[in-house]
Amino acid sequence: MKDAIGNVQRVVVLGGTSDIALATVTKLAAERRGVHVTLAARPGERRVAATTALEALGLQVSEVDFDATDRASYERAISAIFEAGGDVDVVMVAFGLLGDQLQAWRDVDAALELVQVNYAAAVACGVLVAEKLRAQGHGAIIAMSSVAGERPRRTNFVYGSTKAGMDAFYTGLGDALSTDGVHVLVVRPGFVRTKMTRGLAAAPLSQTPEQVADAIVAGLRAGRRTVWAPPAMRWVMFVLRHLPHAVFTRLPV
Amino acid sequence: MDARRELRGWGRTNPSVAMVHAASDDADLVRLVTAAGARGVLARGLGRSYGDAAQNGGGVVVDMTSRHRILSVDTVTALVEVEAGASLDQLMRQLLPLGLFVPVSPGTRQVTVGGAVAADIHGKNHHVDGSFGRHVVSMDLLCADGTIRTLTPESELFWATVGGMGLTGLVLRVTLRMKKVESAYCLVDTERCANLDDLLQRMAEGDHRYTYSVAWVDCLARGATLGRSVLTRGWPATLEQLPRTLGDHALDFRPRQLAVAPAVFPSGLLNRATVAAFNEAWYRKAPRERRGEIQSIAAFFHPLDAVAQWNRIYGPRGFLQYQFVVPFGAEDTLRRCIQMLSDTGQASFLAVLKRFGPSSAGHLSFPTPGWTLALDIPLGAPVLGGLLDRLDEEVMTAGGREYLAKDSRLPASSIARMYPRLDEWRGIRASADPRGVFTSDLSRRLGL
Repeated sequence: MKDAIGNVQRVVVLGGTSDIALATVTKLAAERRGVHVTLAARPGERRVAATTALEALGLQVSEVDFDATDRASYERAISAIFEAGGDVDVVMVAFGLLGDQLQAWRDVDAALELVQVNYAAAVACGVLVAEKLRAQGHGAIIAMSSVAGERPRRTNFVYGSTKAGMDAFYTGLGDALSTDGVHVLVVRPGFVRTKMTRGLAAAPLSQTPEQVADAIVAGLRAGRRTVWAPPAMRWVMFVLRHLPHAVFTRLPV
Repeated sequence: MDARRELRGWGRTNPSVAMVHAASDDADLVRLVTAAGARGVLARGLGRSYGDAAQNGGGVVVDMTSRHRILSVDTVTALVEVEAGASLDQLMRQLLPLGLFVPVSPGTRQVTVGGAVAADIHGKNHHVDGSFGRHVVSMDLLCADGTIRTLTPESELFWATVGGMGLTGLVLRVTLRMKKVESAYCLVDTERCANLDDLLQRMAEGDHRYTYSVAWVDCLARGATLGRSVLTRGWPATLEQLPRTLGDHALDFRPRQLAVAPAVFPSGLLNRATVAAFNEAWYRKAPRERRGEIQSIAAFFHPLDAVAQWNRIYGPRGFLQYQFVVPFGAEDTLRRCIQMLSDTGQASFLAVLKRFGPSSAGHLSFPTPGWTLALDIPLGAPVLGGLLDRLDEEVMTAGGREYLAKDSRLPASSIARMYPRLDEWRGIRASADPRGVFTSDLSRRLGL
C-alpha cells in the first residue's frame, strides 16, 4: 500500500531497463528503506546492471522475464508478478523502441516491430495490469508516452503514430478505471538524453532522465492524469499542433 | 445493496475501492464471513480513523452503522448492551437523560462502539479511568469460522480485539459499563500556560485532582513561548454545582450543529500565516485563569463536532494526524518534537497534549503511561515525509509509540519496535483467523 505521503512499498517496471524508469523508481523509493521493485525485462547484461544499481541504493529487487515482442511473455510475467504476494502500488509501462526512422516507413517488418512493441504490447499489458489493479482496489499505472504522438513529424512519424495510439489507450484507460481506485498517469516527455536517443542530436528543451522522473513523481503524488516533461512542452506542442501544414513542414523539427 | 465504492479515512488521503455491504442481521454477516474471498472482510463504522484502518481495497467492507440499537439498559448497575454500529453520539442523546454517560469520550461523538473497541479509544479521563476496553464487560465477536463468541476480559481474544483494529473479527454487540452522572455538564477550570515547562509542571502536579484534563498547545509558537498552551480540566458537574436555572434540565443533551464545511474548499487557505493568526487569537481569547465554569458536555468534549465535515477545510490533498506517546521521563523528547514541528512550521491548528495513566491489557492498545501529543498536519509540503520520519525515530528511541487509528504513513519496520506485544497478538489472531479473512489496507501496509 502506498501511504498518505506517497511512499510506495512495491513497484513494477515493464521494460525494466529503461533509464527514465530507473530514475523514477529511485526517486519513489528515496524516503523509505526496503522498497520492493520488480524489473520485468529481457534477461541479459542490461537487466543485471539495473538490478545491481538499484540494490546498491538499498532497494529489494526481483527480476521477471518479459519481452515486448513475445506475446506469451506478457501474461506469464504479469501473473507471476501479482501472484508473488504483496499489493503492487505502481506499474510503470516503460518499454519502447525508437527504431530506424527511414526504415520504419519503407520496410514492413521494421514498421510492424514498432507497432508491436510500442502499441500492441503496451495495450495488451494495459489490459492485463488493469484487471489486476482493479482486483486490489488501488494502484497506479505510469504510461510512458511521448510528445512525438502529438503531431506526426516527417522525421519520426512511425514512432509517433505508435505513441499516439498508446497515449490514447492509456488516457482512456485512466477514465475507465476512475471508479476502481486505479490512477493512470500518462507521461509525455520531449527529447530525453537516454540510451534510446544516444547518438541523436538533442532537440530543444531536452531533459535528463532525472528531470523526467521528478515530473513523474510529482504528477503521481498530485494525482494528475497527464505530465509533460518539461512542463513547457505542453504549450510548445499546443502551438505545433495548430500550425498550418505549410508552416509546420518547413520547421526544422 | 452491495456497491463498489471508494473509501477514505477522515484525513481523506490514500483511498481504495471495496465492495461495501450494509450489515443486516447476524445470519447475513455469518454468510458473508464464511464466503469471504481472497481480499477478505473488514468492519467499518463512521470512518473517523484518519488513515486506512477502515479500508479494505478489493475486498468487502461491512458498513456496521445500520446496526445501532440499544438492546438493554440497567440504570442501577449502569450496564448497557448495544449493537456495535451505535455511535457515542446516539448513546449520549439517549442515555444522558437517564443519568448515564459514556465511560470514555474521544474528541468526537461520531464514532461507533465497535470502532471504539477496535481502536481502544481514550479520552480526557485516561489518567484516572483508562481506555475504552476497560469499561467493556463483554462483547459478541463474529469469528472467521462463522461462529459468534461471547468474549469477556478473561479471554485472550478479548484483549486481542480491544485495540486490534478490527482484524480479529466483526464486533457485533458490546456490553458496556456506563458512568453515572447527575448532569450533562462539566465544571471546568481553565489556565493559560506561558510555555511547555509551565504546562508540564501544572499537569504533573494537578491532573490527579481532576477527572478530565487536556491541554491545547500552539505548535507554531517559538522561542520562549514554545509550547504555550491552554489547559482545561474538570469534573462531571453535580446537581448542587449547577445554577438554579439549569437545575430542571440538568440531563438535557441536545447538541446543535452550527455549520457544515462546504464540499469544495480551496487548498492552501490554511497556511502558516492564517493558522498562526488563528492560534494567536485563540490563545489571547482564553482567560489567564478561570475556575468552576459550567460547560456543556458537547462544548467541553467535542468542540469540533459543531462543524460537520470539518475535515474538508484541508482541501483535496487532505491531511494527517500525528499522535504519539512517550513515557514519563522523556520530557526532553517531547520538547524536541514540539521544537521540530515549530521550526518547520508544518503544524496546523492546536495540538492536543494529555497524560496517560496505566495501559490496558490490549496487545495493540495505544495508551501507555506518559505524555501523548496529537496534531493535524496538512499534506503537500515536500519536507513533511522526512520530518515525520525523524519524529518517529525520536519517539521510538524514547520507548514511545504511535496510534494506529491515526496512522496513514508509518513504515512497516517501525511497528514491531513500537508494539512489543505484536508477535503475541499475531499468534492469537492466527489461531482465531488462520485464513486471514479479516484484513485492511492498514494491516497490509504495516504487515500486521
